[in-house]
Amino acid sequence: MEIIFAVVVGGLYAAGFYLILRRNVVKLIIGLSLLSHGANLLIFTAGGLTRAQSPLVPEDAHALHIETADPLPQALILTAIVISFGVTAFMLVLVHRAHQEIGTDDLDDLRTTDT
Amino acid sequence: MKPLLVLPLVIPMVTAALALLAWRARRAQRVLAAIGSLAHFAVALALLIAVSRDGIQAIQIGAWPAPFGVTFVADLFSGIMVVMAALMGVTVTLYSLWSMDPEREAFGYYPLLNILLMGVSGAFLTGDIFNLYVCFEVMLMASFVLLALGGERAQLEGAIKYVTLNLISSALFLAAVGILYGVMGTLNMADLATKLHGGVSPGLATTLAMLFLVAFGIKAAVFPLFFWLPASYHTPPAAVSAIFAGLLTKVGVYSLIRVFTLLFTQDTAFTHGLLLVIASLTMLTGVLGAASQNEFRRILSFHIVSQIGYMIMGLGLFTELALAGSVFFIAHNIVVKSNLFLISGVAFRLRGSYDLKRVGGLYRSHPVLSVLFLIAAMSLAGVPPLSGFFGKLALVVGGLESGAYGVVAISLFVSLLTLYSMTKIWAAAFWSAPHENGDQPAERPAAEPRVGMLLVPIGVLAALTVAMGVGAEFFLGLAMRASEQLLNNVAYIEAVQVLGVTR
Repeated sequence: MEIIFAVVVGGLYAAGFYLILRRNVVKLIIGLSLLSHGANLLIFTAGGLTRAQSPLVPEDAHALHIETADPLPQALILTAIVISFGVTAFMLVLVHRAHQEIGTDDLDDLRTTDT
Repeated sequence: MKPLLVLPLVIPMVTAALALLAWRARRAQRVLAAIGSLAHFAVALALLIAVSRDGIQAIQIGAWPAPFGVTFVADLFSGIMVVMAALMGVTVTLYSLWSMDPEREAFGYYPLLNILLMGVSGAFLTGDIFNLYVCFEVMLMASFVLLALGGERAQLEGAIKYVTLNLISSALFLAAVGILYGVMGTLNMADLATKLHGGVSPGLATTLAMLFLVAFGIKAAVFPLFFWLPASYHTPPAAVSAIFAGLLTKVGVYSLIRVFTLLFTQDTAFTHGLLLVIASLTMLTGVLGAASQNEFRRILSFHIVSQIGYMIMGLGLFTELALAGSVFFIAHNIVVKSNLFLISGVAFRLRGSYDLKRVGGLYRSHPVLSVLFLIAAMSLAGVPPLSGFFGKLALVVGGLESGAYGVVAISLFVSLLTLYSMTKIWAAAFWSAPHENGDQPAERPAAEPRVGMLLVPIGVLAALTVAMGVGAEFFLGLAMRASEQLLNNVAYIEAVQVLGVTR
């Protein structure tokens, strides 16, 4: 199972970097989202893929006694998803404004600030 | 003492929230920003004094025992960095009060500035590597908007590059954190430090270290990952450039130093040797890039890159003196580099351009400004008795003691080139005769702009670089103690482990 996930993560990274290297700004944004999805899936896989119950402490106990899935990676992913959602929204607005101002979606035309 | 650890985050957050509530009242926002930044500075100073007197401070938010829950730790290095961040907050806020245009103020400039300061302070104080990621994102989000705020063409172009590169870096950082958690099963830095030093194969640790090196390397703008910086830092207003130049790359450097002193010291011959190579190339490419530029802020942007090399050099040498040199140099560089950007902003106000060919004769018309520039520029180049000299001295002596003659030679050569490009700015913008080519009046405002109050924050920072040079014994002593704590991380680990006992 881990191997399949590893391949998927690698594929997401490869596709993400490929799209970032394209000249179109919209593809750039899609590429960046794919990268963050790849990172999230990587955390999920690295946290261990176990088929187990949810980590809920029974009412009469103070600790877990059953085998459970590690909840922390999921909490990390949740945080990362929220952050990448906000960043993607910002990026979309930024690209829209840049398109209005500059009138192009070709990254090769955005060279005036380069050195 | 404990609340002091979170106040440097809480105060900017409250200031930003209050300023957002007063969205339509620009005057109220300005007052809030001024009070907030002063309060932030006061608590940061109190924190540094507490850490210096009582040793490393740590706190668990919500009283979950360590290594679970949210840990905040302040050792001397964090304390110094928080004070420098708060100092930038005060000076840049003051400068903005008299220089920021009403449109940017009306669209939330001050709340954003405070959120940026919150993220930066959080990154310096957190004791948990995932919270470091969160603080990075808070800081980056605020910096994205600050960079694009105003919507000029150059700003938008710069922002697209800046945002893209930083998001790639964040994705790598997140992947590194995920793998680290998969291997170690913990994210608390003190806990990681103990677990990484027992039982994990050095090869695996070094692989992880390389992932963090790339992620933080992009943020810190080291060779060969720096190209986003000179393409974006010269586009926003001078006050924004100044706080970016002062703080953002330094957060990357801070993270590198934290991670490569606390966590990844298994194979120092390889990792720190690599850091030395990176440091040399960063110094060299940065300064050569600067030499080829003819625009005030682009020259300064390339010098940021070049100076980052010095900070990494101390980390690469990994001796007490060299690391103290790094700590001192970071503090010095925050003061001086921001000051130079602030001065470039004043020059732009007076002459309507950042192009050195069109800025001229400032010495004749504004001698005080020129002297302040000269102090900051000479300090950057490392002329005694200013602060830059002592930072470089510590690094060079540290390098000679470890026999790293190559990197020492490069650092001295780069100093010389730094002096050359500072002289270039001085000769073209200040010393030369005013350009009377007739192309200026079109861009210059009708009335001579007022710059008197802008000189206050610039003067404060210039005085500080002189003070850090003249009082180098005290400041270098503090840096030495910080470096001792960094190299001998038992105290850091114990300060967190004490909190692990359930109360």
